Amino acid sequence: MTVDWGWFPDHQSDLVTLTLDHLSTAVPAVLFGLLIALPLAVIAHRVRALRGLLLGLSNILFTIPSIAIFVLLLPITGLTRTTAITGLTIYTLVVLLRNTVEGLDSVPTKVREASTAMGARPLRTLLTVELPLAFPVIMAGVRVATVMAISLVSVASYIGYGGLGQLFTDGFQRNYPTPVVAGVLLSLLLALVADAVLVTIQWLCTPWLRRRA
Amino acid sequence: MIELLKDLLRWLTSGSQWSGTDGIATRLLEHLQYSLLATLVAAAIALPVGLLIGHTGRGAFLAINLSGFGRALPTVGLVTLVFLASGLSMWPVYISLVALAVPVIVTNTYAGMAAVDPEVRDAARGQGMRWYQVLFQVELPLALPLIMTGLRLACVQVVATATIAAYVSFGGLGRYVFDGLAQRDLVQVLGGAVLVAVLAIALDLALAGVQRLLFRNRPPRAHAH
Repeated sequence: MTVDWGWFPDHQSDLVTLTLDHLSTAVPAVLFGLLIALPLAVIAHRVRALRGLLLGLSNILFTIPSIAIFVLLLPITGLTRTTAITGLTIYTLVVLLRNTVEGLDSVPTKVREASTAMGARPLRTLLTVELPLAFPVIMAGVRVATVMAISLVSVASYIGYGGLGQLFTDGFQRNYPTPVVAGVLLSLLLALVADAVLVTIQWLCTPWLRRRA
Repeated sequence: MIELLKDLLRWLTSGSQWSGTDGIATRLLEHLQYSLLATLVAAAIALPVGLLIGHTGRGAFLAINLSGFGRALPTVGLVTLVFLASGLSMWPVYISLVALAVPVIVTNTYAGMAAVDPEVRDAARGQGMRWYQVLFQVELPLALPLIMTGLRLACVQVVATATIAAYVSFGGLGRYVFDGLAQRDLVQVLGGAVLVAVLAIALDLALAGVQRLLFRNRPPRAHAH
């Protein structure tokens, strides 16, 4: 198998377009996933009876093959980017939900009680005490979900919105490995950069952890 | 929607669908074969690595980065690449599935070993235990819950991903997903997806059962993870 490295500069603008395409599917998926996972995690954390149900349900969604999820969404959302984003959102849920619940669980009861004793209502305790303390664990979930979403976008190439995954289909059909190598490398690079960005955000948002270290 | 579910039920329960070389029974066995073999090979590679990293404390950086790298690797790309390199064989399927499972098992094994109380480890050494005795009689049993979590997670991911075997023209339950996709036959796709999900959940429950057997003599605290 030979890779034609000259192909890369020749297709520079295509690669940039596909990379941006890739990001515009993965990033909204994680954001929507977070938007859904946060309230569900608060419910799972507070209402013990619903906890097993919610976590179990997200686990089951995780076992459905990603290709099948995209196809099953087709009758509802059609051949659009929405289908790709929705499918990936479903996948991010399992990681985001579990980590957010774990994060909230890790807040010591005494801290929560102290906040209540100082007159804070539950919502205020949640926003100003529990979520900031759970932030590192939640961010660990966001990092995993983001890397996973970026690697899974390529599966959506079956419905035409696979970003860099388009290169896999192209190389497969033409029996030409170069675009496939390009797709794998760029996808890896993208995941790496996105993870570094998230680590930086986490570092900037948790000054109290830095001072202690 | 109701109509679709009825069709799905008919598809799943018809006798002719279950028999023959392209029947559900055959596809299910193929899928099980791909998944179990890949998970076993991955475990054979990943468990020693994870235990060694956890025991020596060396290479933790590697373990953590490996997991990130493994998650970031697009499976479809890997399958395509190995397919183009090796031609029509089972290599693309097994290499991709093993590559998917190894990082998950290594990280969880390492995490389990890292979570063992250092004082317990020191006490074992202080009692004159050799390194392998510390590893197998103290650290491994304590790390087992997290190791099992890793194996279960890897198994579920492998079963869900083994559908790619059909992408490179092999069997397994992915056949229904890909053939259904090509024929615009939603019931078939749905049927394949349901069967994959059921298989993944069944294997997960089976492993949970094994885990419970391994821990039946433990105080309940060991289940806390």
